[in-house]
Amino acid sequence: MSTNYEDRPRGGGYDSDDDQDRRPMGGGRGQGRRMHRRRVCRFCIDKVDLIDFKDVRLLMNYLPERGKILPRRISGNCATHQRMLAEAIKRARNIALLPYTTD
Amino acid sequence: MSNNKRQYEVVFIVDPTADEEVPKLSESFAQIITDQGGTITRNEVMGKRQLAYEILHHKDGTFVLLEIEGSGREIAELERRMRVNDRVLRYITVRVDEDRRRAEKLKDRRARKAAKRPERGHSAPSRRTSDGVC
Repeated sequence: MSTNYEDRPRGGGYDSDDDQDRRPMGGGRGQGRRMHRRRVCRFCIDKVDLIDFKDVRLLMNYLPERGKILPRRISGNCATHQRMLAEAIKRARNIALLPYTTD
Repeated sequence: MSNNKRQYEVVFIVDPTADEEVPKLSESFAQIITDQGGTITRNEVMGKRQLAYEILHHKDGTFVLLEIEGSGREIAELERRMRVNDRVLRYITVRVDEDRRRAEKLKDRRARKAAKRPERGHSAPSRRTSDGVC
């Protein structure tokens, strides 16, 4: 359960334009097709310019059980915001607001 | 470019068993800053909370936030003091002025764009990246 997002089929690695038409057939176990997922950056929508490392409640959303930073391909964040987020999480870890690992 | 002073956020964790000392401690740190020529813009006790992992066998600690404006030299002194102080379990200093300025700029740009849009934007609903640009 914890590393759930890692065993998903990884597709080719490129975001082709006709992405939206491709939906997983049946249970998504099709021929390694990617799951359809809306790629939107939450921070862009909310127009966030600054991610505070003290905002634990927010950062928690991007830290799955294992304590790893949720990758961009799952969260759909844009590069800019993912960078800000990662930086904030690392700072929060440093002062024990967030865990480095959880076991 | 860097005409004005630098801004820093300092968060430090105080030993929870020395809870009474927290106001005194933050006061003395504030004193150090002002002695060095910096100014305290915010001095706030964030309260006692559980640590995400143990630090020196402590499971929780009192978090204190300082916002400092200055040249950067007072930070060195402050950190030296905190390193020596046994009550301070951990500290972090983050320079925030650059990021804040950047955020301000983005906000301005967005406001200007929003002000401009209604004049022309009616006819053609532009592409999907219209406001998602970051």
